[in-house]
Amino acid sequence: MTKTPIAAAAVSLLALGLALGVTPATAAKMDATIGMQLEPPNLDPTGGAAAAIDEVVYANVFEGLTRFGADGAILPALAKSWEISDDGLTYTFMLNEGVKFHDGTDFDAEDVKFSLDRARADESTNAQKALFADIASVDVVDPATVKVTLSKPNGSFLFNMAWGDAVIVAPESADGNAAKPVGTGPFSLTEWVKGDRVELGRYDGYWGNPVKLDKVTFKFISDPTAAFAAMMAGDIDAYPTFPAPENLVQFESDPRFEVIIGSSEGETILAMNNKQAPLDNIKIRQAVVHAIDRQAIIDGAMFGYGTPIGTHFAPHNPAYVDLTAQSAYDPEKSKALLAEAGVSDLTLSLKLPPPSYARRGGEIIAAQLREVGIETDITNVEWAQWLDDVFKAKNFDLTIVSHTEPMDIGIYGREDYYFQYGDADFKAIMADLDKATDPAKRTELMQAAQKKIADDYVNGYLFQLARTGVANAKLKGIWPNSPTQANDMTGVYWED
Amino acid sequence: MTTASPDRSFLRAALGHPAFVIGLVLSALFIALALVSFVWTPFDPTKLSIANKLKTPTFEHWFGTDHFGRDMFSMIMVGARVSIAVAFVAVGIGMLIGVPLGLYAAARRGSLVDEIIMRGNDLAFAFPSLLLAIMITAVFGPGAVNAIIAIGIFNVPVFARLARGAALSLWTRDFVLAARVAGKTKARISAEHILPNIANLLIVQGTIQFSLAILAEAALAYVGLGAQPPLPSWGRMLADAQTLISLAPHMALFPGFAIIITVLGLNLMGDGLRDLFDPKLRRGR
Repeated sequence: MTKTPIAAAAVSLLALGLALGVTPATAAKMDATIGMQLEPPNLDPTGGAAAAIDEVVYANVFEGLTRFGADGAILPALAKSWEISDDGLTYTFMLNEGVKFHDGTDFDAEDVKFSLDRARADESTNAQKALFADIASVDVVDPATVKVTLSKPNGSFLFNMAWGDAVIVAPESADGNAAKPVGTGPFSLTEWVKGDRVELGRYDGYWGNPVKLDKVTFKFISDPTAAFAAMMAGDIDAYPTFPAPENLVQFESDPRFEVIIGSSEGETILAMNNKQAPLDNIKIRQAVVHAIDRQAIIDGAMFGYGTPIGTHFAPHNPAYVDLTAQSAYDPEKSKALLAEAGVSDLTLSLKLPPPSYARRGGEIIAAQLREVGIETDITNVEWAQWLDDVFKAKNFDLTIVSHTEPMDIGIYGREDYYFQYGDADFKAIMADLDKATDPAKRTELMQAAQKKIADDYVNGYLFQLARTGVANAKLKGIWPNSPTQANDMTGVYWED
Repeated sequence: MTTASPDRSFLRAALGHPAFVIGLVLSALFIALALVSFVWTPFDPTKLSIANKLKTPTFEHWFGTDHFGRDMFSMIMVGARVSIAVAFVAVGIGMLIGVPLGLYAAARRGSLVDEIIMRGNDLAFAFPSLLLAIMITAVFGPGAVNAIIAIGIFNVPVFARLARGAALSLWTRDFVLAARVAGKTKARISAEHILPNIANLLIVQGTIQFSLAILAEAALAYVGLGAQPPLPSWGRMLADAQTLISLAPHMALFPGFAIIITVLGLNLMGDGLRDLFDPKLRRGR
């Protein structure tokens, strides 16, 4: 509809330029269309767990006190600086001034207090209430200063405040954020066409560095074949987490596109049912682990994209310890362990959710296990079925899944978690980690935790899921990594 | 009425019927592939070789390799075995249950039992066959055996109707009347006089149903409800090829052709058989 007047304007402008004898410089493109696999169920990051919510609104529409940078570092956002008391219990945040919400209301310390109190309230629907569990009180010192008191020291408090679930909302608009998000970010919602796209427009009253794009459209295309076609046709400018690694080869050979390979928070594991025979026997778990050739899985299922891991920890994290050698591919050792455990004719169920890392990876693992004499009974399941049957009912021996939450090694302390580990020593390490605020001590404890689960061969640790994206070669500033679930468009621009 | 036993003139007529011959050759080709696969395949069809993945056809790998480096030709061979076995058993189930039901209904024409059997058939027919198959495999879990049962169940009403319809027209014939006068029971007449005379119809329908069952098996496997890995299956090979189609078209081409050729062959053969069994057409020769 709007095309005609713009085109007409462009023609008349061109005519004017020619008449005046000057050549107008081609105007840089000011909008970008980003492809996403899933559509968010709503647009309120404080009221839903779906990753797709943050992938649209994080840093674009909503901001928190702190935020993640592209490399995962914690940066100031609405809080320009902060002071931490010596006992680690009091955080004083100095807020940016002149910040306005998209509806024109002012942002101040009251909004921070409202947002944090709302998130940690009993009736809160926040999906990550644990982030706020240690907050004892939030006090407004003056409109530009807020003081948060913790009930016990929490070394990751600033990290917690950077999550999408901890963004600051206004009391006037908080209840309507699901359909009509009102934040402090550089973009505001202009249109949401359900089932197709979300359009964000530049918010002119933005307090921070002005963004370079006028308009960002998030388009939802879940089918990899359709996504490939849309990318090739130029209908979308970037697809930051492209669902089909097999198509990246073609994008790589096409100069119009740039393939962006980064690391994600997704530890892809062969999860084992630790409390169900025969996998309650550590020797058999170890035998399974040594039968697995990680590189073959990365090459075969992910077309080479992915980093082998030896424990449940992201390799790009400074505290990561490379333990892959401990569970190296060694079929002979695997056979010896099985003989030692006195089992033969072992058949294990292997339940595979839909993603290709699981379906393809599962077939490869089944073939590798067969080499050492373990038969598998493969069942392909849909996500809903996986959640019911594997995650809740724990009716499985083996399954493959990628754990995409950042810093989620804590799940090993939960006895009722689907792989049912919950070792007492491990829980002790995690309890110490919660208390520690000294970075060196924390690193040491995180490494102890990594070693503990590797020593116990809890699960088969396969690889860190690569974040494989593709973008128009002229579109710059897309995050290569995903330190959190986000498509930060604030630094994205078109190169001339 | 002629008998279905292949005498010399039948054989000559058969060989002179081009559609039948082509159909027979194509079907025989895949049945032969399936049989050979029991004793020999060029490679182990379940052996992965990631380093050799997505190879286009060569002298070593006649149909190339798939995304795990498995030999496609070996997979097609074993896949033929799976397809044919599933289709054969499924059609067999349909015949074994459907034909006696149809014969019984015809013998008791108009009775309550006839009504129950035929309305039951209508009910089974009312469901789209593939939907019924998906429902059954969703309830009992995916796998080759459940696929056989699912496809077998939707073959039952096909044969029941055909048998009843054909038998009804025979019950009024003189030779049946003679048998009844001779004191034979309805069951014996159905088995000794009716069944041999409708056998040719059943064989023709069986051939057509066989090709439909192969398609159904491929469709079930395509949506992940057929034979489970590592057992190769044409439908799953197609599903695997879907996202790789621009990178490795041969992965979709060969299983696709295998399905087309087998189904085409069985259909041609079924058409040919129908012509050959049809007394009106035979008289013309």
